[in-house]
Amino acid sequence: MNNTLSESSATATKAIPLSIDDLTVAYHRKPVIWDVSLDLPAGSLVGVVGPNGAGKSTLLKAVMDLIPRASGRIKVFGESYADNRGRVGYVPQRESVDWDFPVDALDVVTMGLYREIGWCFPVRKKHRQAAMEALRRVGMADLANRQISQLSGGQQQRTFLARALVQDADLYLMDEPFAAVDASTERAIVDVLRDMRARGKTAVVIHHDLQTVAEYFDYVVLLNMRVVAHGSVKDVFTPENLQKTYGGRLTLLDEVTEAMRHQRRKL
Amino acid sequence: MMSRSVLIACGVLAWICFLAMLGFATELGLQQEGLQSEGQEAISNIEAPNVSLLKSRSSITDRRLEWPTWEQWWSLILLRDYNTRVVVLGVTLLGAAAGMVGSFTLLRKRALMGDALSHATLPGIGFAFLLANQLGWDAKSLPLLLFGATATGLIGLGVVLVIRHSTRLKEDTALGAVLSVFFGGGVALLSVIQQMDGHAAGLESFIYGKTASMGIRDVQLIAAAALVCILVSFLLFKELKLLCFDGQFASSRGFPAIRLDIVLMGLVVTVCIVGLQAVGLILVIALLIIPAAAARFWTEKMWVMFLISGCIGAAGGMVGAGMSAVFARLPSGAMIVLVCTVFFLLSMVFGTSRGILVRWLQRTQLNRSIDRQHLLRAAFELAEPKRVSRGTDNEIVPQDGHREQVTVSMQALLGKRSWSSWRLNRSIDRAARDSLLYRDGDGISLTARGVIEAARLTRQHRLWEIFLITHADFAPSQVDRQADAIEHVLEPELIRELVSLLDHQDIVVPASPHPVEEMKS
Repeated sequence: MNNTLSESSATATKAIPLSIDDLTVAYHRKPVIWDVSLDLPAGSLVGVVGPNGAGKSTLLKAVMDLIPRASGRIKVFGESYADNRGRVGYVPQRESVDWDFPVDALDVVTMGLYREIGWCFPVRKKHRQAAMEALRRVGMADLANRQISQLSGGQQQRTFLARALVQDADLYLMDEPFAAVDASTERAIVDVLRDMRARGKTAVVIHHDLQTVAEYFDYVVLLNMRVVAHGSVKDVFTPENLQKTYGGRLTLLDEVTEAMRHQRRKL
Repeated sequence: MMSRSVLIACGVLAWICFLAMLGFATELGLQQEGLQSEGQEAISNIEAPNVSLLKSRSSITDRRLEWPTWEQWWSLILLRDYNTRVVVLGVTLLGAAAGMVGSFTLLRKRALMGDALSHATLPGIGFAFLLANQLGWDAKSLPLLLFGATATGLIGLGVVLVIRHSTRLKEDTALGAVLSVFFGGGVALLSVIQQMDGHAAGLESFIYGKTASMGIRDVQLIAAAALVCILVSFLLFKELKLLCFDGQFASSRGFPAIRLDIVLMGLVVTVCIVGLQAVGLILVIALLIIPAAAARFWTEKMWVMFLISGCIGAAGGMVGAGMSAVFARLPSGAMIVLVCTVFFLLSMVFGTSRGILVRWLQRTQLNRSIDRQHLLRAAFELAEPKRVSRGTDNEIVPQDGHREQVTVSMQALLGKRSWSSWRLNRSIDRAARDSLLYRDGDGISLTARGVIEAARLTRQHRLWEIFLITHADFAPSQVDRQADAIEHVLEPELIRELVSLLDHQDIVVPASPHPVEEMKS
């Protein structure tokens, strides 16, 4: 009895952090992502790369059941997301909230613990200490009591990162944490990511800067409505694959525009 | 950004004041009608459970806006009259609940949902009255009327949601359309009822609010509902705060955002419905918005904002209900809203966090410190050639420890920048008061402290200039103006970085990279 219990928990921790099978998501019947199938390795930093409108944010949101999916199965550590919510940390896009809200940085970070604290219970001292610790990890301990609109863009992004860190999750989903941040914030985020990897955690990061993909990530997913390629950076992050991810769409658009122009000329 | 929100706030206020005035005017108009048909008035007076202190003075010799006697004031303040006591307490609780719930809806940016809802209640009140009359029930029973109000109110909200989801119309359009159509329908229905049935006059109190028409049972209902709202707001404070700040994150953490939104909407519905009688359906939205908006000026903490908002709402309810107890003929809704508005105006001006006064003070202080920095640097640079000729480039502190020997003339200072002589003189007076410089005949001399401060500022300015020239490829003739804007925000750590970048540790004040105007002597 005891044996099977420990065995099953061992397999649960070893299980693939994120496994997506045949996922299709549609907005207003127009598909945004098609037939995405992925198995992400544990303990790695995964970069998700693709042009605007490729469905990168949609993919993350679909994983967390924030938007309905047309078809497909998603497993987080071998179970459904709802069962393993506690092991997933989410860093949304910075623009997704109103930063003029009457809270300070520490308040925002404590929000990462609300689920643990439970319905109707107040935030207690130990939660505030944990939040403080998370702020320290992103180099923001001095700014804990500053109102969030008084923070710079990079500091706001770090606050969001700290809110995910405070959960001590095993899988992190980050929506463009590097977008429009200063150099020191970028360094701080990279340090945090490497520290996560050293502790066997997995991070899935939507990324825009192709120059730094090879430096920051071990594993890369090239996405343009469907998965163009995925695998270790060494194998997959090639000019041909990038051309397929970014180029194909553009050439098609060019062709359509050209066709329309042609038609107009005929009329 | 700020000026726009102030403009919107003023617009809303003006609108609310207009409605409140309209309330007074209509009420007075109704009284005149009442005077013309005294008999009917007397009947409705008997029927309405009038809790006012003036109720003994009947309507026949009525001079409505009579100033209450001292005795009446006194008994109001001591809450001697049982009915008054109950009504004031009930409306106070209602105000507190509205303030608390309002702080959530304001931050969730759903403030106007309540407006559509409350306007949509009017037809429901009419229908409930008609139905009760048909069936021979008590047509003025409050629970029945409120039930009808809730029904059409929710239908109105539902229509808003349907329009928003199934068409391309935006939410504000949907709100406006529903609000006016339902309210218009309600007004039409009410006038039909009035023609059919003479003693339906009490229904108007739902439009502008009239605590005087409230019975003890009604107050109990209001107080109980308000208490429930307050309790739920406290219990779910953390969850609702998360929902208002970041709904998507809340659902990713397993908090059901949709159900939380429904709870919040439920609180708004409850406050609006039970507030109908005391505040009236046009003005109940003000009780949801004004206290929260006022509280925002005082704090950057949501918890504090929540409590302040509750207190302002409670104070508005208390004073408003008290006033309408002594002035029986004033519509209580208008009183309550006007009291809240006074709080709002005070907060907007004096609020310690975002009030106009605080911001103005901060701006003035910033301008003054910038002026002072300009003044000190100007004085330093004008006196610089003489100082250099004395060979004290590295020893900028005057020898005698008190004052610098060089006097800088006003003429030279005025020529240095485009500042008026009035502004320059004020700036000099303030700097002299802080003993950074003193007046010397027609000019000024820096004191020891002044020279040190001026040297620091000049150093910052020039370090930045040199940085721009060597690292950012600026022409020396352009850097002065660029550095002028930057020097005020250079923090010590940036200066340290600049120093190490420019390798200038040894020189206290580097020479200017471009020609500096000199004082003609």
